[in-house]
Amino acid sequence: MKHMKKINKTFASNLITYGMVVAAFLLCQLAQSGTLEWFKMSRSLRGQLVPICVYIVMAVSLNLTVGISGELSLGHAGFMSVGAFSGILASQLIAAAFPEASLELPRLLAALITGGLVAGLAGVLIGIPVLRLRGDYLAIVTLAFGEIIRNLLNCVYFSIDGSSFHAGFLNPSLPGKLLINGPMGATGVEKLASFEAGFVLVIFTLIVVLNLVNSRSGRAIMAIRDNRIAAESVGIPVTKYRMMAFVTSAVLAGMAGALYGLNYSTVQAAKFKFDTSILILVFVVLGGIGNIRGSIIAAALLTVLPEVLRSFGEYRMLIYAIVLILVMLATNNPAFKAALGRILPHARRENSLKEADKA
Amino acid sequence: MIQFLSYLVNGISLGSVYAIIALGYSMVYGIAKMLNFAHGDVIMIGAFVSFSATQYWGLSPLVSVLVSVIVCTVLGITIERLAYKPLRQASSLAVLITAIGMSYLLQNIALLIWGANPKSFASVVSIGTLSLFGGQLRITGETLVTVLANIVIMVALTLFTGRTKMGKAMRAVSEDKGAAELMGINVNATISLTFAIGSGLAAIAGVLLCSSYPVLMPTTGAMPGIKAFTAAVFGGIGSIPGALVGGILLGVIEILGKAYVSTELGDALVFAVLIVVLLVKPTGLLGKKVNEKV
Repeated sequence: MKHMKKINKTFASNLITYGMVVAAFLLCQLAQSGTLEWFKMSRSLRGQLVPICVYIVMAVSLNLTVGISGELSLGHAGFMSVGAFSGILASQLIAAAFPEASLELPRLLAALITGGLVAGLAGVLIGIPVLRLRGDYLAIVTLAFGEIIRNLLNCVYFSIDGSSFHAGFLNPSLPGKLLINGPMGATGVEKLASFEAGFVLVIFTLIVVLNLVNSRSGRAIMAIRDNRIAAESVGIPVTKYRMMAFVTSAVLAGMAGALYGLNYSTVQAAKFKFDTSILILVFVVLGGIGNIRGSIIAAALLTVLPEVLRSFGEYRMLIYAIVLILVMLATNNPAFKAALGRILPHARRENSLKEADKA
Repeated sequence: MIQFLSYLVNGISLGSVYAIIALGYSMVYGIAKMLNFAHGDVIMIGAFVSFSATQYWGLSPLVSVLVSVIVCTVLGITIERLAYKPLRQASSLAVLITAIGMSYLLQNIALLIWGANPKSFASVVSIGTLSLFGGQLRITGETLVTVLANIVIMVALTLFTGRTKMGKAMRAVSEDKGAAELMGINVNATISLTFAIGSGLAAIAGVLLCSSYPVLMPTTGAMPGIKAFTAAVFGGIGSIPGALVGGILLGVIEILGKAYVSTELGDALVFAVLIVVLLVKPTGLLGKKVNEKV
């Protein structure tokens, strides 16, 4: 009976998460169509809709690595860039293969799938060395891989000449039309991404991650996070499950990257630098480590925040930084936590559980 | 051959700057167990203060370095008091994010004060270029001063942590905070002191870095910061000789890689070497191995 109650509770919690996303999507659609009197979207805000979806997927997938699997990754933007470039390439190649047909949806789908697969492959290749390490050393190696990916992508050239493709590395002179041009990045990208596609990707991500977390594998991953040696001693294959979380996270990041790439006419590797990885980590930590719903809210709010702060002009990023520091100080302040606990009995119980854990 | 020597000298010079920055990361990590991401931006502030002191206030270069060291030391202590001290009991990720916020804050303050346009930093070194092998190998005054400063700082810090009471207190706190407190060591003061030393060194590193590579803007500190952090991990984080070895090796690899492999792939090469080292020796070149207990 007690077990049933637990399942129902998880189910209800997941339902709230899905409901929240769907409600937000419908609200944005209504606001875009201009039927709402009290909520009109500015042009710049409308331009943020796809990035918001992308960052939500990035945050949720990073939360899988950092929160559920307990490994601090500082190179998540690397997977995003791999997904972006391979996704753009896939959509361009299909467009070149069938020049007459307008294949927007299949091209977008192909881009997302290719982006996810290639990023997943990168995740496997990077995961093998990275997951041998632990703690801060693991973090620094993911940072290193993120920088290496950015550096390598800066040297990749890809061109299409009639019906033949040419790939090159380090400043070759390729015949035909350049699709990816080294440090200049991918140019002449057709904007295939849409808010609806972003919404579908967010829902897909939630289905994958929430189902993984509440499965046997998810419990194994969390057991490894809580105590690796103890988990190993009861027969959980540690490497397999850590790899599972890492690669799933990479695949989702690659899909988000593909959507991001198809939202702009040009994409450079420089867009996916260390700062981007950190930005996504900020979403995860502010939303609550291991808390999927928190990641969604934090990613959406913090992507919109610089737009909202636009009226502050050049002080905008300064205020962003101060808000970030103050939120971190406040949420870790015992007095503030106690006050929060009085308002929300639910939070208090979790806090006291955590404190009991520490002791 | 002479060409190679000249690259090597440049590498050691750049590596010395990395080593000085890495010291700041390493000491703070050893004591507070936190990655101080704002450290790279303290370097930038240090260079800007020295720049302003010579350009706007008309101070001599040497005095400007002194002013910048003082400003950065105060800045380091202030940052620690305001942002990191309230989070002593919080999770390490919370502290990390606060440090990132602090890094954004410093960059944006610099952006408001000094603007986004790159400033050309006038070298503070007035020693001329040293010519060897009949003028074939030229070593600039900046290189000489950088390497010399690095050696002096390393020796001074080793003596400080090994011989003085304050230094021993620092090592004790990094070993076991609770036990150190029971022995009557003022943990908070020790942590403040560490931040003060690290930030003061960052100011020196900033001035030296910009004397050799004279482009100064609010994001100047970011990449050297990341590389120096890599250097600290490379050598074994928390160890002073580790920071020296890691910094110099990283600088040499970067310059040689850019010269002989490719300019674009120099950074990738640095990080690839780091990954290989960590795979072979997971706690860095000179790091201590810690056994894990359940």
